Amino acid sequence: MTFVNKHINRRSFLKVSALAGGGMVLSFSWLAGCKPTTKEELLAMPKEWFELNSYIKIGENGTVTLYSANPEFGSNVITSMPMILAEELDVDWKKVMVEQADFFPERFERQFTGGSQGIRQGWTPLRTAGATARQLLVLAAAQTWQVPAEEITTEAGTIIHKASNKKAGYGEMASLASTLEVPEEIKLKEIKDFKIIGNSKKNVEGQKIVTGKPLFAIDHKVEGMLYAAIVHPPGFGMKLKAFDGASVQSMPGIKDVFSIKVFNDDYERNVFDTATFDEMVAIVGNSTWEVLNAKKALKVDWEKAPESSFTATGFGGNKSKIVVPSGMENSVDHKAKMAEYSQKPGNILRKDGDPEAAFKKAAKIIERTYSAPFLAHNTMEPLNCFAHVTADQAIIYGPTQAPEFIVGTLSNRLGLPKEKIKVNLARMGGGFGRRAYSHQMVEAALISQKANAPIKMIYTREDDMTSGVYRPTYTATYRAALDENNNMTAFHVKAGGIPETPIAPNRFPAGAIDNYLAEGWEINSNITIGAFRAPRSNFIASAEQSFLDELAEEMGKDPIAFRLELLDRAKTNPVGEKNDYDPARYAGVLELVREKSKWDSPEPNLHRGVSAYFCHNSYVAEVLDIEIQNNKPVVKNVIAAVDCGIVVNPDAAANMGEGAIVDGIGNAFFGELPFKDGIPEKTNFDKYRMIRQVEAPKSIEVHFVKNDIDPTGLGEPLFPPVFAALANSLYKATGRRYYDQPFAPQLEMQNLTM
Amino acid sequence: MATINLNVNGKKQTVDVDPNTPVLWVLREHLNLTGTKYGCGIAQCGACTIHLGGIAVRSCQLPVSSVENQEITTIEGLSENGEHPVQQAWLEHDVPQCGYCQAGQIMTAVALLKNNPTPSDAEIETGMNGNICRCGTYLRIKAAVKTASKSL
Ligand code: FES
Ligand code: FES
Repeated sequence: MTFVNKHINRRSFLKVSALAGGGMVLSFSWLAGCKPTTKEELLAMPKEWFELNSYIKIGENGTVTLYSANPEFGSNVITSMPMILAEELDVDWKKVMVEQADFFPERFERQFTGGSQGIRQGWTPLRTAGATARQLLVLAAAQTWQVPAEEITTEAGTIIHKASNKKAGYGEMASLASTLEVPEEIKLKEIKDFKIIGNSKKNVEGQKIVTGKPLFAIDHKVEGMLYAAIVHPPGFGMKLKAFDGASVQSMPGIKDVFSIKVFNDDYERNVFDTATFDEMVAIVGNSTWEVLNAKKALKVDWEKAPESSFTATGFGGNKSKIVVPSGMENSVDHKAKMAEYSQKPGNILRKDGDPEAAFKKAAKIIERTYSAPFLAHNTMEPLNCFAHVTADQAIIYGPTQAPEFIVGTLSNRLGLPKEKIKVNLARMGGGFGRRAYSHQMVEAALISQKANAPIKMIYTREDDMTSGVYRPTYTATYRAALDENNNMTAFHVKAGGIPETPIAPNRFPAGAIDNYLAEGWEINSNITIGAFRAPRSNFIASAEQSFLDELAEEMGKDPIAFRLELLDRAKTNPVGEKNDYDPARYAGVLELVREKSKWDSPEPNLHRGVSAYFCHNSYVAEVLDIEIQNNKPVVKNVIAAVDCGIVVNPDAAANMGEGAIVDGIGNAFFGELPFKDGIPEKTNFDKYRMIRQVEAPKSIEVHFVKNDIDPTGLGEPLFPPVFAALANSLYKATGRRYYDQPFAPQLEMQNLTM
Repeated sequence: MATINLNVNGKKQTVDVDPNTPVLWVLREHLNLTGTKYGCGIAQCGACTIHLGGIAVRSCQLPVSSVENQEITTIEGLSENGEHPVQQAWLEHDVPQCGYCQAGQIMTAVALLKNNPTPSDAEIETGMNGNICRCGTYLRIKAAVKTASKSL
């Protein structure tokens, strides 16, 4: 990136003249840092760049560069966020170049990728930044031409004053514009006038990806760089006792063997400072292969870790003591313990009416229990990081979703002030939440510091799969009370997990039932967990939506009609005040999916299931069709209806949606990481089954509700509902309900081929 | 250490490495061809797929000493600027999400189409089944292979 690192106000994009340094123009040398791509070669490079704000620079020849501030992990924010800028700036998308910004908190508001919040939180700031730059160009033209700014219009990078028949390209006015005071008020476009937003644009990095350009941190290399690997305890509840560095020191290519400690003892951790193993052995050498050979040969002794604790600061700034229990845990024990907690009263998270009385009076009670195992993220690019730490500065280049959360950790551990730590953002080979926890950047930095050289540290797949920060294991029990007329009178959910409850107590069906009770429980563990695509929702949706399906059947109702009835109640006469969903939008996606899937006239050989969920401020309903072919359940179609407000880049949004659906089907069928004596029983893709081409649905349709609501989440919301859509259609196909994920082993027991 | 003569993307190269080093690491670290990716190291994911004499192979399990002077093609050697019909089809369908698996997917697809220029859906599925895409771009991969098969 070619920013000049100056002290700039955080909201600097609204203060251009200050940035330009009292009339001095910042210019950039484009070709200094990186090789031009084909597109850059096609677009004539300007002699000088003028920076209009943190996100936008324009060359004297009219070439525009837009910065994408958020880390890219595959959701294509690197295309869609600049599209928002370009829309308000009013430029020709074909003439725009996009560059990934590095971590630069003085310039950018929220360089965080996670929680499906990129577009939602970037929407107004990016529109404002684009519109502000456009307005500055207009003001520059007004000044130059001596005409009122209000009479000036723009069109695709051209400034026009009709009355005097004057025209200028943005490039001609960029120099002056970059010196002007930012106007106090900025007018944003009317949604109906959008030209770029809502029109699919190809991934701006597509060309680099298909030609294998070095885009990822794992591809990074500098002169004199060494390679590093780590050796961490084989299981949870274990720690390093001793290692015999001499046993590998003399192996070919090996430079150094030492241990590192991720956190200082008195360090107060932040929410994303999860690291499974505080201490590990590092091996440094001339090549990855040599380092991996030494890793295999290294003699290490492990011992049981005693109970330990640390202080952590939560999102709201509140501090708490986190206790890490001792012991080597087993999946079998986890299940038994969760069954035990399911029987005990939990913490009441929400209560409406008098559920106890209603259950006592019930003519019929339906009760079902659901469970799901720990899951590993398994991003295709394993954890890795480049680091070059010297006495007075650190350059860290690694895959991270959350640079702002690791820079303080690095600063504390390296003993360098934050300003001396440069975190560069690489394209990530997948994230799914895993890379919000960037402990590997600290590990790499410590290795570089100790080895006194630039290093690239790579986790093997086995390291990656066995180093924790998993999706937790969960259990949920649902109960419904029915009266003599088969009307539902009460609803009860009790759910927990290791180590967190998955319940969002104010979501549907809360608000739709007079007597409602939600209880949660938690069991502590030394197995580390973290955000995994739609945390908590990814399980609770599957349990809730499977239960509603069974309930509808029990009540003799169509599953979509049943949900719509409940939503109608929540809309017209809601129970409680805290309901955090909009029943009308929720019903909207169910109605849309009913129409698009031709729900009322299904094809004869297909077994269909439906499911819907609200999370990350978006609404999704999905219908999934199964056909049994040669004794094998084949997912023929998935039809999704999504309400996520305005869709910035429709084809890329559909791609994300398709991926989330495939991911959900894969995890529902196969995803599972079991433990024995603290040790993960799967360490690579030979045992950890991932969905592949043959198991992917034969067709996926993603339909978006058209409205003018500001955009909401998209990367996650299509994921949670698909588990139940699959379970409900499998029930239709096989006559059996599937309560415990993953489903494949049960299907195999029914003599189906998986 | 041994001196090994390689023929990569039409260029003769010599490397001085442990003869057991998998071709994957030689490409990535000694020849700076990082388009070929490490995903599992045990021939399960396909991220490291290259062509050996036009046939798709897993470079993570292939000792460099076994490929001396054989014709190796990597994603970087498929075309100068992404003009290969398979790469073009990938762009047309905007296949990638994170993109990490895609070089391997493309190399597998090119080899598949070489053997079978007009594969059926089922043949594409089995032909591409060795390549994991964690982001789940399978449908677009399939569509892109079909498009490429028409233009080849
Ligand atoms: S890295 Fe070779 S198949 Fe996975
Ligand atoms: S695009 Fe991310 S793994 Fe395939």
